[in-house]
Amino acid sequence: MKLTGAQALIKSLEMENTEVMFGLPGGAILPVYDPLIDSSIRHILVRHEQGAGHMAEGYAHATGRPGVAMVTSGPAATNIVTPLCDAYMDSIPLVVITGQVPYSVIGTDAFQECDTVGITMPITKHNWLITDAQDIPRVVREAFHVATTGRPGPVVVDVPKDIAMQEMDWYWPEAIDLPGYQPTTEGHPKQIKEAARLMGEAKRPIIYAGGGILKARAAAALRELAEMTGFPVVTTLMARGAFPDDHELCLGMPGMHGNYTAVTAMQESDLLIALGSRFDDRVTGKLDGFAPEAKIIHVDIDPAELGKVRRPDVALLGDCRLVIEEMIKAVRADQDKKSKKSGSRWPSIEKWRNHLRDYQERYPLVYEQFDDGPLKPQFCIDQLGALSPDDTIVASGVGQHQMWTSQRWTFNHPYTWINSGGLGTMGFAVPAAIGAKVGMPERTVWAVDGDGCFQMTAQELVTASAERIPVKIAILNNAYLGMVRQWQEMFYQERYSEVYLSPDLPDYVKWSEAMGCVGFRVDSPEDVGPTIEKANEIDDRPVVIDFRTDYREKVFPMVAAGTSNSDVIIDPDTERLRGK
Amino acid sequence: MNGELAPKHHILAVLVENKFGVLTRVSGLFARRGFNIVSLAVSPTEDENYSRMTIVVDADSAPLEQVTKQLNKLIPVIKIQELSPDQAVERELMLVTVKSSSEVRSQITELAAIFEARIEDVGYDAITILVAGRPEKLDAMSDLLAPFGIVEIQRTGLIALPKLGRRPARLRAVKDQPS
Ligand SMILES: Cc1ncc(C[n+]2csc(CCOP(=O)(O)OP(=O)(O)O)c2C)c(N)n1
Ligand SMILES: [Mg+2]
Repeated sequence: MKLTGAQALIKSLEMENTEVMFGLPGGAILPVYDPLIDSSIRHILVRHEQGAGHMAEGYAHATGRPGVAMVTSGPAATNIVTPLCDAYMDSIPLVVITGQVPYSVIGTDAFQECDTVGITMPITKHNWLITDAQDIPRVVREAFHVATTGRPGPVVVDVPKDIAMQEMDWYWPEAIDLPGYQPTTEGHPKQIKEAARLMGEAKRPIIYAGGGILKARAAAALRELAEMTGFPVVTTLMARGAFPDDHELCLGMPGMHGNYTAVTAMQESDLLIALGSRFDDRVTGKLDGFAPEAKIIHVDIDPAELGKVRRPDVALLGDCRLVIEEMIKAVRADQDKKSKKSGSRWPSIEKWRNHLRDYQERYPLVYEQFDDGPLKPQFCIDQLGALSPDDTIVASGVGQHQMWTSQRWTFNHPYTWINSGGLGTMGFAVPAAIGAKVGMPERTVWAVDGDGCFQMTAQELVTASAERIPVKIAILNNAYLGMVRQWQEMFYQERYSEVYLSPDLPDYVKWSEAMGCVGFRVDSPEDVGPTIEKANEIDDRPVVIDFRTDYREKVFPMVAAGTSNSDVIIDPDTERLRGK
Repeated sequence: MNGELAPKHHILAVLVENKFGVLTRVSGLFARRGFNIVSLAVSPTEDENYSRMTIVVDADSAPLEQVTKQLNKLIPVIKIQELSPDQAVERELMLVTVKSSSEVRSQITELAAIFEARIEDVGYDAITILVAGRPEKLDAMSDLLAPFGIVEIQRTGLIALPKLGRRPARLRAVKDQPS
């Protein structure tokens, strides 16, 4: 069967079970948009290519399937660079198709030419420039394979216009031949046994669960491991929801804005079982002061993560789910062996658990909402959580609102928390929420956004209205680039430099209405609940709530940049507000 | 033991797919991870689908393990061998043009003979010499030629293959478990 390169590309995407793609056409990609008309693939026309990339990320995170985006050459390709980098940092599988000027004129500075492969090389897992239409099915197959296996990540397929118009003989490759790409998935049995032995000896163990748990779909395995060992679990910013927050073993989020117990438990631990986590500097604080007495068991699918930051005592290369399942068997064997020998299984860690419970009681997250006082962002988040379904998907931007949401929301299900962890991309929330809702139309999807972030990608609410994607956006409008303001207050002697945004410029309600959404404004605490309830009832269009929140509120606890986790700063009002 | 190269340098023999852009991927990775390349030589292998790169890495700039692990993540990288100097045949080529008036010409050719170098070109007042050997031999040669006045020097960077009759010093493939 003869097809054009463009037809082969669309057919290849169909062969990979692509059900939806996010994009925006233009000159170089025009030939590929033509066969799309006849395709089963749903295309969502975005208003800015950055939106397409973040939607694909939100979709991928919520569904576990690769996100697909398609844009034209030059400025469109550069517009999607931020989402590519974001997906690279957070290991999100994306397949991005970019148009390119005709192969015959590459290198001549042709109109809308840019070296997409060169620009995206450092921020993709791999990328391809197609030079022959005959290669298209093979490359698409490889692209999906590379994006979704091993440590997932974004890939780019750059398609010159003349190649898209060239004829080719259709085929679908049976096998993938990438000799330089063979991710290891199964852990080494000897190391697994050694891990179980260390776990059996630990007095102050902590399971340090990272985003890899979610990538490996290992949440159930993690739960089994935690329950059979009784080991407490911290879930990093990328792993919120990987272990249920309402579980008695859950300590919540560690790191720069983690809660006191999670941060300190890691510091005092004698064994950290790092599962799909990467000792990010926002988790470790000053590295040489991090968990000084802890032995490390490190499980990761990326060999380069093992020993990159902290040298593990047991390094386990492999897929988190497979390795944890083997660990469970090894732990059971070790426990059985010990109980035969000495009558009891492993030594009790009840003392450690009690010690941590005591921390939880003494150092809770605190805030105070006065009935007539300014609206507290934490109160809005708590109400949002309480009044929305248990399996609500929450996306967030980057800043204070992100940290409060991650700290306070009770995540009881995996894949309910979508945020930009590694790159920290303002503007992520709105398009990511749209992508998640496209992938999971039955679920309630809220974005908790900052006023600064919202202004970076709000135009995608036009996309959401046009495509009838009823996402809900809660803007925690503190009229500031709040997180930056907090740093200036704490570390730059309250010298506020270029952080004020204004509460009512723009008018978020009018703006939202202009974009086809329902808009609400909330200034006072008593309106919070009723407005959220109204918003939750709307399911035929997007809703935006402009919460006018107290700009003075700061995120605590905090480990100041460059300091040790042992010097975590807690809210000065903790003592007074505890138990309130 | 090669006194000049160790322990400050590591030699990596990297087998890669012979496709366009692979050199950029490798050199870009070194640049963005902060690994310093001392020298790099590339050429196709006996199988034209593959190229072999010999990369000499500055050991102070990064732990070797990170370098090889990150390199291994590049999809066109097939295999990486770390060649320790005592278990590899390593050579480098140097072309050097020195000033050479008729009075000193015989001194220079004598020197060349000691180093088993070849005279490749002779001009009116200069001479171009080709010398092969381990890097420290090339260093010595250029030091001795310096007083005559070096016009231009070009070195290829090290190339290396494992010595025969024993296993490669250390084989690091993707599947290796880190110790
Ligand atoms: C694209 C981008 N630019 C700048 C920053 C730096 N930055 C981090 S948080 C922040 C403030 C965000 O303000 P807002 O969205 O209002 O959230 P808030 O902290 O007030 O909750 C800024 C500017 C960033 N993370 N991303
Ligand atoms: Mg703000």
